[in-house]
Amino acid sequence: MVKTLFDKIWDSHVVKSVAEGLDVLFIDQHYIHEVTSPQAFDGLRNRGIQVLFPERCTATTDHNVPTVNQLKPIKDPLSATQVASLQKNCEEFGIELYGIGHEKQGIVHIIGPELGITQPGMTIVCGDSHTSTHGAFGTIAFGIGTSQVEQVLAAQALILSHPKTMKIEVSGTLGFGVSSKDVILYIISKLGTQGATGHFVEYAGDVFRNMSMEERMTVCNMSIEMGARGGLIGIDDRTIDYVASKTEISEEKIAYWKSLNTDQDAEFDQVISLKGEDIQPMVTTGTAPDTGVTFGKNVGDASHLSQKALEYMQFKPGEKIDDQKIDYVFIGSCTNGRIEDLRSVADLVKGKKKANNVNVWVVPGSMKVRSQAIEENLDKIFTEAGFEFREPGCSACLAMNDDKIPAGSLCVSTSNRNFEGRQGDGARTVLASPLTAAASAITGKITDPRVFLNEN
Amino acid sequence: MKINSTTIPLPIDNIDTDQIIPAKFLKQVDKKGYGKHLFRNWRYSEGDSQDPDFILNKPERKEATILLAGNNFGCGSSREHAAWALADFGIRAIISTQFADIFKGNAYNNGIVPIELEKEQVNVLIRGSLQNPNLKIEIDLENQKVLSPALGIKETFDIHPFKKQCLVEGVNETEFLINLRPEIQEFESKRIQLP
Ligand code: SF4
Repeated sequence: MVKTLFDKIWDSHVVKSVAEGLDVLFIDQHYIHEVTSPQAFDGLRNRGIQVLFPERCTATTDHNVPTVNQLKPIKDPLSATQVASLQKNCEEFGIELYGIGHEKQGIVHIIGPELGITQPGMTIVCGDSHTSTHGAFGTIAFGIGTSQVEQVLAAQALILSHPKTMKIEVSGTLGFGVSSKDVILYIISKLGTQGATGHFVEYAGDVFRNMSMEERMTVCNMSIEMGARGGLIGIDDRTIDYVASKTEISEEKIAYWKSLNTDQDAEFDQVISLKGEDIQPMVTTGTAPDTGVTFGKNVGDASHLSQKALEYMQFKPGEKIDDQKIDYVFIGSCTNGRIEDLRSVADLVKGKKKANNVNVWVVPGSMKVRSQAIEENLDKIFTEAGFEFREPGCSACLAMNDDKIPAGSLCVSTSNRNFEGRQGDGARTVLASPLTAAASAITGKITDPRVFLNEN
Repeated sequence: MKINSTTIPLPIDNIDTDQIIPAKFLKQVDKKGYGKHLFRNWRYSEGDSQDPDFILNKPERKEATILLAGNNFGCGSSREHAAWALADFGIRAIISTQFADIFKGNAYNNGIVPIELEKEQVNVLIRGSLQNPNLKIEIDLENQKVLSPALGIKETFDIHPFKKQCLVEGVNETEFLINLRPEIQEFESKRIQLP
């Protein structure tokens, strides 16, 4: 029988079926962070039970951690308590924790792949919607609520309905200066924030085949922003080489992984076909990720844009998106906080200085990304440009620590959500690629990165 | 199980979980008291004073336990704090045209019934509620019906039989899975173990 990659992984993880269309699915890997887990551990304690497979859990602190003077005590008592309770819970239940100061600490979706824990064919969950990131490795990876975190701790399984499947094919090649972030912002602008609700997406076609693993992660990361339960990409030599560079892999495993890919004639519930040549650098103008426009357009040209959103963003429909003056640039998050992202920013800004009207924060996604950047002297390029090069964490992606964008300020951000108040009460967020963020930091307004790039 | 209540209309599409409960209120380590922060940035003006114009703050909506929301309710983050806040505020059912997947699961796990109806019916309910805050509607979970004779609404909604059983009989999914532990362990030990 012909099957999709998704179905091959799903079917091999069904412990049993509970009812029509509802399966108990075994979970291979459970990532844990400090915000969505305390109540789940309490649940276990109240029931007097242990974690069933602690060796299948990996924890880190990322959402609350400071990005300056990380090793000093956290000032906010609530954040400090949350971080401390994760430590206590991990000790009590025997779970590996990469906490503050640990050389493997970082944003949960950055460290999983970089430590070689995320591997093809797995089922992966985390109490975090951007767990879809791990789909880049040909996995079923998705976010869950805290009740489900408790269920996975207690039983390493979940009761799940089989989602519908969707193939998003992007053929051809990408134009000059177009990055993977632009690709996913383009797809989301086409589908809307609920365009893939109830579906699991497979990204297929040459555009994704030609992407590095880090670029694929950026794409899969934002699957949730169009409502998808998750998104994955077929397993190829690039996938295998990446994993093999992090950990030892047997020939048997490689052969098995290759057998998992979607069969030629496998059917999807929905197929969307797009062309790489149609994609250009994009920025959002509203308060949802589906409001992307290309440069040269008016803010009001964005799809899915509401009046409420325009008012919140303080944009007028006739204004061009280029030339909007900005106050902050945030480069980081599980979408674009990896080493390739920092390299592309450094390439563009090398020898240049940021505009006086902007504050620029570069927040590496993990300790490893940070030390790699330092090894490559990227930190010097950033500081010379007037950027702040900080310590790893989620930072201004959701502003749970001190990294908040002040009310009314406009921020070009490489993160994934531009919801009202996401980066701080009253903060206005424009989502963009690292290249666009870098170009905007130099000019002090929202800027097409291609003006700084040399073709060939 | 029946819910008979007045309603709160919130006809805004794509209400994300950051609006339902902003990140700065996710720092607790228990599940209690989130109701006071529900829709924090919309519900409160400067500081801690409630905005009397926001629908949730109106005295005539105080007793309502059914929320009528725009399309794609609960999109965004996986934070179950959104469901805890709604439940703590007293919401027992939400009617919309579509819910985001993770939120929907979180709602069920906290005894909130997410009900999807056609746009036309949701609009009739929202208009009716805006016109008459005292209007009650009935949700009959066993028979999967939303009823409002005054508005001429008698709609059937879909719910998976297992989810219905969980809500009606109080079956707890976590306990269900804990009872399966021996089977799950056996499944794990028999899986293909590649070196
Ligand atoms: S970086 Fe942002 S989106 Fe990613 S896990 Fe952290 S808060 Fe969530």
